[in-house]
Amino acid sequence: MIDLTRYLGPKLGSVANRLLDDRHSEHLGIRMDTPFTRILVALILAAAAVAAYRLLLGMGASTNLNDYWPWGLWISFDVLGGVAMAAGGFIVAAMVYILNWKKYKCIVRASILNAFFGYLLAAMSICLDIGRSFVIWHPMVMWQVNSIMFIVAVHVVLYTSTLATESSPMVFEKLGWTGVLRWVNRCMVGIVLFGVLLSLLHQSSLGAVYLIAPSKLSPLWYSKFIPYMFLVSAIMMGLSMVSFETILTGKVFNHVPSLDVLQGLARGVLVIGSFYAAMKIGHLLTGPGVGALVSEGFLGIMWLLEMAIGVLLPLLLLAGKKNRSNPEVLFAANILVIVGVLMNRLNVGVFAVSEYANRAGSDYFPSLMELVLTTGMIAFAILGFKVCAKYLNLFPETDH
Amino acid sequence: MTISRRDFLKGVAGSGVVMAAAVPDVDAKMSKELPPKAVGILYDATLCIGCKSCMVNCKIHNSVPGGALHKEGMVSGVCDALLCRSPEGEEKATDPPYETGGIKGNEGIWDASQDLTGKTLSIIKVYRNGTGEQKDSPVNGHAFFKQQCLHCITPACASVCPAGAFKKDPVNGAVYYEAYRCIGCRYCQIACPFNVPRYEWDSAWPEVRKCQLCRHRFAEGKYSACAEFCPTGATIFGRVEDLRQEAKKRFSMKPGTEYEYPIKTLDSRETSLRKVSRYADRVYGLSEAGGTQNIMLSGVSFELLGFDRDIPHSALPDLTWAYVAKIPWVFAGVFLGGTTIHAITSRMAKHGKDKEEKHD
Ligand code: SF4
Ligand code: SF4
Ligand code: SF4
Repeated sequence: MIDLTRYLGPKLGSVANRLLDDRHSEHLGIRMDTPFTRILVALILAAAAVAAYRLLLGMGASTNLNDYWPWGLWISFDVLGGVAMAAGGFIVAAMVYILNWKKYKCIVRASILNAFFGYLLAAMSICLDIGRSFVIWHPMVMWQVNSIMFIVAVHVVLYTSTLATESSPMVFEKLGWTGVLRWVNRCMVGIVLFGVLLSLLHQSSLGAVYLIAPSKLSPLWYSKFIPYMFLVSAIMMGLSMVSFETILTGKVFNHVPSLDVLQGLARGVLVIGSFYAAMKIGHLLTGPGVGALVSEGFLGIMWLLEMAIGVLLPLLLLAGKKNRSNPEVLFAANILVIVGVLMNRLNVGVFAVSEYANRAGSDYFPSLMELVLTTGMIAFAILGFKVCAKYLNLFPETDH
Repeated sequence: MTISRRDFLKGVAGSGVVMAAAVPDVDAKMSKELPPKAVGILYDATLCIGCKSCMVNCKIHNSVPGGALHKEGMVSGVCDALLCRSPEGEEKATDPPYETGGIKGNEGIWDASQDLTGKTLSIIKVYRNGTGEQKDSPVNGHAFFKQQCLHCITPACASVCPAGAFKKDPVNGAVYYEAYRCIGCRYCQIACPFNVPRYEWDSAWPEVRKCQLCRHRFAEGKYSACAEFCPTGATIFGRVEDLRQEAKKRFSMKPGTEYEYPIKTLDSRETSLRKVSRYADRVYGLSEAGGTQNIMLSGVSFELLGFDRDIPHSALPDLTWAYVAKIPWVFAGVFLGGTTIHAITSRMAKHGKDKEEKHD
């Protein structure tokens, strides 16, 4: 390793040295200079170029959005999807710090970090999606409590800071700042509680955003209970995401996840997923009716796909006890849940208004720039996680 | 340590309750009453001849300082937004923003708007069926209709704006926009059931545009430009309560009888004597989205004219308020519940450990 004190002076240099010390994760065998990493960097650079273009020339120049279709890929995928993916952070934190289920302690750091990246992704995308990015802080000083968007904005800011605080011990540990470390650890229960509260509100308020638009959203998705559907599906997805990531990091880094933990998460997905299925099917029967699946044509198919991929198939897979102890099956089920819930967010955010917008003669398909930006955001999250896995003690249990 | 921890937890639970109590609730809810001096527009499509004088004058009279189409310079606009202050000082009127409408040879010489846009606040469109001969007949007929902001009594656009950029005037009820607040999130576009607010998609510092009832002209004793320049009385300005009376009266009049239609304003002396047409459907705007200050009459049903069938007949902000009102309770519940659970499970964990230690 290069000794940075030579370049940065003794003080800064030793801090940098300590941060870049990766001896504790050597056994994970993470290499930075791989073709995959290069692709990620290229994608991020392309997205950065798009972001600059968008800021200089405006929304119309970079996106295919229009007056009848004001929200598109960035809002539904990056924001709604990114935040849903982040739900794992608060659930695992609550299981470990509030419920004292200590066996999940080994995944708590990774889940919180993952949540942090999910929120970062959402925050960056929303910052570019709003037309006047430089005054994104206005809601903070111009309170408007009737607005769900105001509530969402406050939550994004508070929760991203909460997640940063929850992750900070990893950094303080490396720097050897024991004073701050002890202080943060002492407050951890309070911080986690605050995070749980914000997440419950935030996950549901993203659904509540759509409450105001009963005449625009297709009845297949519009429901008085949409905030709660968002919350429950986010919890289901959060658990799957954490499990997926634990298995994946086990595959790509040299570290073996505990089957006990994975089984626990799978049971969670099963329970929450069944509840979610009941909610969705209950809504279909009491609201638009099964006939709507046919009469809504394409949208009916989207609804069925979302339910089959994200809910019914994984539930079937996870129902058998034998299946739940097979990491390969768990891995597949997790991917299905993640894809299914992301589809749900796309359906609500993009497809559910299609009938309304089409009637007015408008159409939408994400522009190349919209796609490039979203891809870059995902690449950023993956790369960020990889860097953190290398330089921070993400999996404390593999230490010994 | 245990004691300090318990105190700390108590503090956490307590602050949760305090925060819950601090969230403003009752007075934050939006009013569902007509403001005391509510004014609005009655558009009677059966009188409209499609001359578009209203559209032309809408653009001209909104391009002056204070008007809905007037935009301050990019630099001062950004500065005002960053400093959170409304623009002040005398500014020059700008050129009315014309649209080419995609027509060849039209290089901004005349206005050819095709729809409401970031440059067009009101528009006259035409309905046509079959031969199109009979005016105001749904079959083999034609009809004009007007689109613009209806100035809802409980405006969804104002209720959803995270920065309070849309406001309802507490006296005359005009729903207006303060650009320096807006962050450009377009939630107002999602929320408005009539899809009225339009975005300046081509701008790097976009504003949201919609009719503001010519609120800036009220101070000079003037009223909405479209009404002032409508030659037929199809668009008239007045107090909302009177306009509603008038609309209901017209709706129940016998087709073919003669009536003195007022021109420009409801209480105007200028009138035009005309035969009453057959009105279709209903008076639009009495209950749509909880009621609107601009109301409409038409010979062809509003559904055929393309107005959305599914708009609820109640105030939309109520739908979100039901959710928002629960938030303080979630605050209190999570803090109290969470601390209790944590205390119990910690004790259980400690108990377990103690036992283990004893066994060892
Ligand atoms: S019509 Fe739309 S833009 Fe106008 S006040 Fe109502 S909600 Fe707002
Ligand atoms: S685009 Fe502007 S006016 Fe509309 S909701 Fe967002 S901040 Fe408010
Ligand atoms: S409303 Fe009046 S001014 Fe406008 S097109 Fe009709 S007749 Fe002409």
